[in-house]
Amino acid sequence: MAEKTVPVPRGPERGKGEREITRARERNLRPPVDIYETPEGLVLMADLPGVAKENLQVHIDNDLLTISGKASHVAAGDTIYREYELANFYRQFELNEEIDREKISAELKHGVLTLRLPKTEKAKPKQIEVRVS
Amino acid sequence: MATWDPWREIDELRREVDRAFEEFGFQTEPAFRAAFLPGRLARGYPLVNVHEDRDHLYVEAMAPGIDPNSLKLTVVHNSLTISGEKKGPPSDVKAESFHREERAAGKFVRSITLPVEIDDQNVKAEFKNGLLLITLPKAEKAKPKQISVQVA
Repeated sequence: MAEKTVPVPRGPERGKGEREITRARERNLRPPVDIYETPEGLVLMADLPGVAKENLQVHIDNDLLTISGKASHVAAGDTIYREYELANFYRQFELNEEIDREKISAELKHGVLTLRLPKTEKAKPKQIEVRVS
Repeated sequence: MATWDPWREIDELRREVDRAFEEFGFQTEPAFRAAFLPGRLARGYPLVNVHEDRDHLYVEAMAPGIDPNSLKLTVVHNSLTISGEKKGPPSDVKAESFHREERAAGKFVRSITLPVEIDDQNVKAEFKNGLLLITLPKAEKAKPKQISVQVA
């Protein structure tokens, strides 16, 4: 039996804070993410500072998971010092067939999106009991 | 605003050049892009923007994922210190379970020197969508005053 590799949402491996190439005219940034695996599935955490719940979209089209968010905050007064600019976030991942599309859940808290991507039943690891005869 | 001090100007310039070079070499992209996101390369964390109007200074820090209960703000004269902790993924996740690990996590402290003195009794802070918004009223003596000219 061939060793089965775990499902890795594949994205282009590039530097952080880089813009994702889209046809849209606005500038988009790739949010940094952590993706880790649990026995139940994958967990994806993405930093999306300045994105309100209503401006965040998580979209799944076949195998393509798209996270896009619009960061907005209107600052009072005149800017006297600037280290960052809020921009729109956009990043795509490819899902494999082991992810149960129907059970994906998303939570946005303190500017961090947590996506839970459960595995389908047949992809979950199973313990096989060894009987001594 | 504080009085113009050429030494401070030079110091600011030196710091900006340092910042540009710190990021140079790690990035395949122009260095300024690294300043947009709180990745691991960010040296001064959290990144801040400062705005002002007549009576207030507004300091905004980009701090996604920070536990608001861990945040501590202290103001002494014109210096603001932000400290706190950004929690990473749960600690029981094994290293080999990670497919991507790009977000920074850990404890941080950052001090910012503000251009004017602050009324430290009335500082307000709000944490919204991963942005820390601090409103600092200027001290009475730091506000601009109108002086009427009397005609003798």
